[in-house]
Amino acid sequence: MSTPEIIVSDSELVEPPVVHGDRRPSEWLMMLREAWRMRRTKIGVGIFGAIVLLAVVGPWIAPYSPTEFVAPPFSPPNIPKLWLGSDYIGHDVLTRVLYGGRTVILLALAATVIGLVLGVSLGLITGYARRWIDESIMRILDVVLAFPQIVLALLFVSILGPRLWLIVLIVGIGHAPRIARVARAATLEVSQRDFVLAAEAFGIARWKILFNEILPSITSPLLVEFGLRLTYSIGLIAALSFLGFGMQPPAADWGLMINENRIGIIIQPWPVVVPVLLIGILTIGTNLIADGLGRALIGIERDTGVG
Amino acid sequence: MPPLLKLIMIRIGLGLLTLFLVSVVVFAATQALPGDTARAILGRDAVNTARYEALREQLGLNRPITSQYVGWLGNVLSGNLGNSLVQDKPVTELLSRRVANTFILVFVAALLSVPISLFLGSLTALRRDSKFDISVSIGSLSLAALPEFVIGIILILLFATQVFHWLPAVSNVNPDVPIYQQLDLFILPAITLTLAVAPYITRILRASTIEVLESEYVMMARLKGLPERLVLNRHAVPNALAPALQVTALNLAWLAGGVVVVEYLFAFPGIGSALVDAVANRDMPMVQAICLIIAAVYVIANLTADILTILVSPRLRTGLR
Repeated sequence: MSTPEIIVSDSELVEPPVVHGDRRPSEWLMMLREAWRMRRTKIGVGIFGAIVLLAVVGPWIAPYSPTEFVAPPFSPPNIPKLWLGSDYIGHDVLTRVLYGGRTVILLALAATVIGLVLGVSLGLITGYARRWIDESIMRILDVVLAFPQIVLALLFVSILGPRLWLIVLIVGIGHAPRIARVARAATLEVSQRDFVLAAEAFGIARWKILFNEILPSITSPLLVEFGLRLTYSIGLIAALSFLGFGMQPPAADWGLMINENRIGIIIQPWPVVVPVLLIGILTIGTNLIADGLGRALIGIERDTGVG
Repeated sequence: MPPLLKLIMIRIGLGLLTLFLVSVVVFAATQALPGDTARAILGRDAVNTARYEALREQLGLNRPITSQYVGWLGNVLSGNLGNSLVQDKPVTELLSRRVANTFILVFVAALLSVPISLFLGSLTALRRDSKFDISVSIGSLSLAALPEFVIGIILILLFATQVFHWLPAVSNVNPDVPIYQQLDLFILPAITLTLAVAPYITRILRASTIEVLESEYVMMARLKGLPERLVLNRHAVPNALAPALQVTALNLAWLAGGVVVVEYLFAFPGIGSALVDAVANRDMPMVQAICLIIAAVYVIANLTADILTILVSPRLRTGLR
């Protein structure tokens, strides 16, 4: 085997470049490790972890029941009885804050998973299928893309009413074409690599190639997408509750709390301020994670000469 | 046909196809309702009465669904969007002033966010990895994460209620007073939209400017020994122009959806808050009309972005990719 004459720099000698077309099954592990080196990822994980912890533990440490009337409406804070005062009908604000994170986080996670499963399936199929299947699915996805996500959700809420499953499903469906584009691009690239061509030459069924060969190789960009879509899911789910089409009273939910207590913002701002800040901090946390992952992915692709 | 024209015609064709499919989805939305429009107008008890049957006949509900769709589309294209179920007036009459209000709001927001994003995007790209770049990057990353209503409420707390009392928290635009006398009502909603969209656009612009600066033709121009000013003006800017135009169009596309929550938050009388009201009242003709308007703006803005990109970027214009 003759080696082509290339001047190799020192850094390349220390870390041998990964062979192009190699399967790289642990690329996503490399990406996670690389992302974890960045401070922004650590801050993001810290924020996300803290708020999830608050939402999980909250109901156990809450001083009252979320639907218990503890004071006149819009009472100001009064330590140690009412740390954050009372809301528009006299519930304890601190209690409702401690209870109200679960729904946002769970519904947003569910919507993101639905979007990911749908989007990845469609992306794999369109990226690997013959032309007309690809073309027609992409046209249908263009229609979903023609609606801003919040408008798509509102259109379906107007037909079927404000149902939670519907909102989660539509937010997920709204993500699907966006995730599908990423998955399709990655699939197109991977499907030209040697190990896929080899599998095809062996006559392995195409769906097996899709799931056993291609899917494991496109995990990294999908992880980045997951972080990004989770951020948008939290915003959308909270916004729909804020508009009155998500969680319904008397549920304790951050988005709903903002809407219910808006009228009292001048005399008793806490039931608005605290949920607003928590939602804001949560989305900043998930976005920092997504950004760290994205940067790590770009770094790895640059180093390995792929992408 | 020259390849460039062909490329543009294909884009326009796909855009029209998308718009057509959008209209099908919006039309199908009403068909999925339990009961029909006649029942929605007369109430549930009227079902199977003579009046109900007469109204069904009048509304054309006994015709096959495809013929109903064609009739509906014809009406929409000639500007007849039906009557609001809640207010019993033509949708076009109810929406015209709101469309104008939203248009002004979006215009003001675009006027603020396009120059800001252009400035920050190109400057951070030119001074890559400087302190300025890093602080803009962290700021825009955080702002881009925040839902619009979170930004809006923080602004209300800061400038309208708790900290300062400079601006109105509610934008109840009075239809009988000229707009220029109530511009203060547009400030907070417009700033909210700007803060929500500008970070996103800034990031796109920074990335595309960096791509241009690192491209082979800019490197080639530098290797030829051209002065940096010429490199930027003759080689970098024409290629960075595409993203700039694209940014403006994407801005519009994003704002078309962003207005919904922001208008509701500020009780601003535009099509976004009208959509929220219509959904709450299940006023389907109104929902259909607004969804069609927003989707059309969204599709046309994206289409314009695509075509402008093809027209101004020298690489695509010459057919080289």
